[in-house]
Order: sequence, then C-alpha cells, then structure tokens
Amino acid sequence: MRWMDEFAREELAKGLIDRIHRLAQRLGRPITIMEVCGTHTVALFRHGVRAALPKNLRMISGPGCPVCVTPNEEIDTAIEMALKPDVILVTFGDMVRVPGSRKSLADARIEGADIRVVYSPLEALDIARANPERQIVFLGVGFETTAPTIGATINQAASEELANFSVFSAHKLVPPAMRALVLSGEVGVDGFMLPGHVCTVIGARPFEFLADEFGIPGMVTGFQPLDLLQGIAMLLDQIANDRHRIEIEYTRIVSREGNRQAQAILEKVFTPGDASWRGFGLLPSSGLHLSPTYSQFDAKRRIEVKIPPPVEHRGCRCDAVIRGALEPEECRLFRKVCTPEYPIGPCMVSSEGTCAAHFKYGEAQHPHPIEPPLEVKP
Amino acid sequence: MSDRVTLGHGSGGRMSQAIVRDCLLPHLTNPILSQLEDQATLKLCDGPDCRIAFTTDAFVVTPLFFPGGDIGRLAVNGTVNDLAVGGATPLYLSMAAIIEEGLEMSVLDRIFQSVGEAAHQAGVQVVTGDTKVVGRGACDQLFLISSGIGAVASGIELSSHRIQPGDKILISGSIADHGVALFCCRENIELHTDAVSDCAPIHRLTQAAIQVGGPYLRAMRDPTRGGLASTLNEFAEASGVTIEITERAIPIHPEVRSACEVLGFDPLTVANEGKLIAVCASDRAEAVLDALRKLPLGREAAIIGTVTGSSEAMVLLNTSIGGKRIVDLPMGELLPRIC
Repeated sequence: MRWMDEFAREELAKGLIDRIHRLAQRLGRPITIMEVCGTHTVALFRHGVRAALPKNLRMISGPGCPVCVTPNEEIDTAIEMALKPDVILVTFGDMVRVPGSRKSLADARIEGADIRVVYSPLEALDIARANPERQIVFLGVGFETTAPTIGATINQAASEELANFSVFSAHKLVPPAMRALVLSGEVGVDGFMLPGHVCTVIGARPFEFLADEFGIPGMVTGFQPLDLLQGIAMLLDQIANDRHRIEIEYTRIVSREGNRQAQAILEKVFTPGDASWRGFGLLPSSGLHLSPTYSQFDAKRRIEVKIPPPVEHRGCRCDAVIRGALEPEECRLFRKVCTPEYPIGPCMVSSEGTCAAHFKYGEAQHPHPIEPPLEVKP
Repeated sequence: MSDRVTLGHGSGGRMSQAIVRDCLLPHLTNPILSQLEDQATLKLCDGPDCRIAFTTDAFVVTPLFFPGGDIGRLAVNGTVNDLAVGGATPLYLSMAAIIEEGLEMSVLDRIFQSVGEAAHQAGVQVVTGDTKVVGRGACDQLFLISSGIGAVASGIELSSHRIQPGDKILISGSIADHGVALFCCRENIELHTDAVSDCAPIHRLTQAAIQVGGPYLRAMRDPTRGGLASTLNEFAEASGVTIEITERAIPIHPEVRSACEVLGFDPLTVANEGKLIAVCASDRAEAVLDALRKLPLGREAAIIGTVTGSSEAMVLLNTSIGGKRIVDLPMGELLPRIC
C-alpha cells in the first residue's frame, strides 16, 4: 500500500504544518474552518491533525454524518417496518444502534425483528432471492456518495423483476443543507473543507454557490493525512489573500463535473424532493425519493406503517452539533449521560458522529480551549 | 435504552468491560478474580514452586475454518496464550464441545485433529473434556470451551499493576491479522485479501521474554478482541500510567493495513490471536527485543512505545505526521464472533 505511506510522509507533513502556522499567524485573528464531512472529522482526530494546528485555527464539524442527520421520524418508521413479521430490514451497520424516539433497530432486533447488516446493498438482493416469501426492505441512509450504489441495486432489482425487494430512501443531498446552514447565519465560518467523497460523485460545481453567493471559500479535500493538511493550508491561503473560490485539493479523484455515470444512475432512479433533517427540519429538494418509474421499489408505498409522533430526547443537542453551532463538550449530556455505550443522540453512535469522535479521541489533548462561537460575519 | 445484552457487549471493548464489571463481578468478589488478568495465579500449597496459573475461554468463531486456522486451533492457542502471558508453562487443557445437531462428523473430526496438532505444537495435553449436543438453532454448528492450567516458576511476578514510567512497550509482530482475515472470509464480504490469521501459541515468546527480562519484565498480554488498543488501555488503567506509542513503529502487514483503510477499521482495535505485548523496564527492553526476534514468531518484533507518566491513565498515539491523539477502548460491535 505505497500510496498510504506517500500520503503520510513526515517531512512533507512538517512543511505543511509550518505553512499552516505561518498563514494563521499572518491572519492574526481567530479562524474557523468547518469540515462538512464526518469522515473528515474522524480523520482529523485519528491522524492527530487537530493537535498540530495553530491555536487561532478552530475546526468545527458540519452536517456531514448521514446517520446523524437522519431524523427520528425516519428511524421510527424503519423500526416499525422491521417489526413486521414478514419483513427483513437490511441496512449498513452504522444505523443499528441509533436511538429513535423510543428504541433503536438494535432494540427491535432483540424484540425479534429480522435486521441484517450488509456492507454492500447488492447483498440485500441475495437476501431477497433467498427469501422469496419475505419482504426485503433496504434502509438507504446516506448522501450523494452512497445513493448511486443503492440506485444501481434498485436498477438491478428492476431488471430481475424482484418482487420482494424495496428501498426506504432516507438519502439526503449535501448542498441544500449547506445553503440552509449559511443562510441561517448561526455559525461564522471562514472556509469550508468540502466532502471529498460526495464531490467524487457530484463534482465541485454544486458547492460553487458558497463562494459566488456568500463569499466563503471552499476546498474539496481528500482523507489521507497530507490531504487534510494540504486542504487546510490551501484554504488558509485563500482566506489570507481574501480570495473565495471552490478549489480542489483532492484532484486525483475529484473533478469539477464529478462522475457522470454515477449522476446518471441518480437521475434515472431518484428524483429530488423535500426531506426532513435532524438539525435543519424540512428542507426543500434536499432528499432523494424514488422516481415514478421505480415507485414499485419504494418501501414507503409498499409497507404501510403508522408511527406515533416522533419525540426528541430531552437535553440532547445533536441538532446544534450537526449545524456546527455547538461543540459536543458544550452539551450537558456529553460524557455524563451520553456515552458510546449508552448513546442518547445519533452523534454519539455513528462512527462518523462528531460527539463519538470527541469522546473517543478526547478534546483534552486539543491544544486550544473551546472558545465561544465567533461572531457571525455580515 | 435497552437493558438487554447486545452483540456489542461481546466485542472486547468498553461494553464488554462494563458487563463484566457491573453484572458478573459483583456476585463473585475475591482477591484473585479482582486482579482481572487473563489467568488466575493460584497457590496450592506453601512451597515456592506451588503456584499454578488457571484460565478458561469460550470459542464461538464463525466460520469454523478460516485462513490461518480453525476453531480447534484457536481454542488451544487461546488458552495456551492466556497461561503463557501470566508467565506460566502451559501444561494441561480441558476441551468441551457444544455441538449443533446436524453438524457433519467429518467437520468435527477435522477440528479435533486440529486440536490435537495444536496441543502437540504447544506442548500441552488435553486431559479432560465433555461433549453436549443441542438442537438445531440452539448453537451455531460448534462452540468450544477450553480451560487450562500451567506451572508458574518461582520468582515470576508479572502483573499489569506493576508498570512504571520509563518502561518500554514491545510487540512480537504485526497487528490486526486475525480480525481482518476473519472479516474478509465471511460469506457476505466481497473483499479479497491475502490476510491470514496469526493464530499461534506464543509460549516460546513469553519464555524468552521471561528468561531475558527477568525481574525487569513487568507484564505480558496477548491482545485478542479489542486489539492493541484494549490491552494498552487495560495496562494504563491497572497501573495508573500514561502510555505513548508511535504509529510508525507498530508492525502491520500492508494487505491488512489497506483492508482496514477500505473497511474503516482502526487496526489498533482489531483482534490478534498470536501476538505478545510485553512491558519491560527500559534497561532490558533491547535485550528482550533481540530475544523475541530470534524466534520464528518474533521476527517482526518491535519496541512501539514508552510509559511516559503517571499523572493520568491514558494511551496516546504519536501519529505518522507528527500529531498526537488518544487511543481509547474500542466501543460497540466491530465484528461479532471472531474468536
């Protein structure tokens, strides 16, 4: 695995860390960069990048953990579906322990629901073929990154005329959430570290509004240690020179236009529609629904469930953490009541959740104290 | 939140600790158990050579056969290793089998052939056992439960409570092989790697470490479920010390590292089944390292870190780019039934 060493070379890292410190010093004021993607949040901690950053540079996490932004309403619905005796609910592992209003899928599994964890949605088709008498529901949670593979799976199911397979699409689109985040003015952000995987599919262009309309620079960044450092350095360079463009650090994978084939699948199988987000509420055209041609694969149409009104856990501040308005340590439940073993909110469950990352890797080691959020920029 | 047992409680991480601490230990308090070592060291009489080490382990791995081993080999080596890291010479094992109705006789035969071979290789005898057959669905094919005893020579005082600032952390070879090999050979994982389980008896490594380290050798463990991260955290907590390890120094095979990267696993938390972690006073660490490297299973041995302080019980990783982060206990269900 040569590339993994290539992207973690110590001497190059030192050079980039120096450059970041010089730029931050030149800026001479508190700088806030939001990493939008949960994978970035974890990578920044895991590779020790946060600990190497200057004191006046603050990294905050944005709405980029798909499990975290899934509202209770959708989790509750999935649980009700799973509890139907003829249903096998298939999902990615991250969703299983996320608490809904009253229970999690893991609790439902203990109660007898048949819930299977897969690593590829195509495995759900194997399960469907092997269990023709059962209804197989795939719980599709994710952003533009995972949606194409789910789309391809639906396409495959259609070509095989699999009658017992459907998808509960809880997919969300990142750019509309970013627009809502910036429009709210709740969090002052000097620059965005943009999600490398999402942009692999949709390209960098859908994020250009951040620079064009709001004057905030963005950097599409990869996930290896040197990517992270280079992305931060390039962003600081823009901020220091008063430039605001959407640039790509992750050029070995991401283009302006993205992956046309993946986009074609999305367009074929899904249609954008309203979606409800934890942290934002209902955002127009921010979710992917099944397009009319594929409506027979829509679990929401096929499996009828009624759920009691969703309720939020009192005191849980995942909504504010998702918007970057609150650091996990500022939540009263963090570490005291809410822990990875007994998570209250999704940000503590998901491996990409901000609270889980802060719990696991410890802000104690972080060189700078938590400062109150910076003032909102005009 | 549910008050029932979940698969996460079996992961060897934070939740496993909690279930032992909160549900099991309160009913069984005694000074030997509360040491919480991988084996209990018992004194059967008053003489200097009267100590034995005693351990027990259950094996529920799926699939029964995996690259680098099978459940039989795993059961023998797992038990042998728990004795060996206590400084004991493993001697006698028991082996109980819970068999699901319908299991092919040839499978049982192959696995017990493997038990025999592994016992021979580790220099132990399986001297007692039991078989139970349960109805279809009451267990999955075959579970094995093995206990073992070994002799502890006089003068050996190994304990995770004896670790001091300045001590060095050694590992006998590459990490995460077993967990990754198991993961990738599961039916539903279409990720093909050359990863092979490291399932092996480590009693020769522990004997060499004891011989060379003498009283300077503080503690030994074999990092199974929960990986290096769990073992080092247990050390840090038992002795109230800060342990710092260096990412670049930790041996890991390239195919294992890339599989972890693809799957999103932190290799520090992935299981091993034939590795030794030893803590040794700094003066003698190099000598122990040389001794380990002379053995076939220790060729890739390395010093991976240092005990840096005693103000806080924690494990820190110096990352490859020169950053630093906490290494916490893994939490929840990484991959059930790996051992």
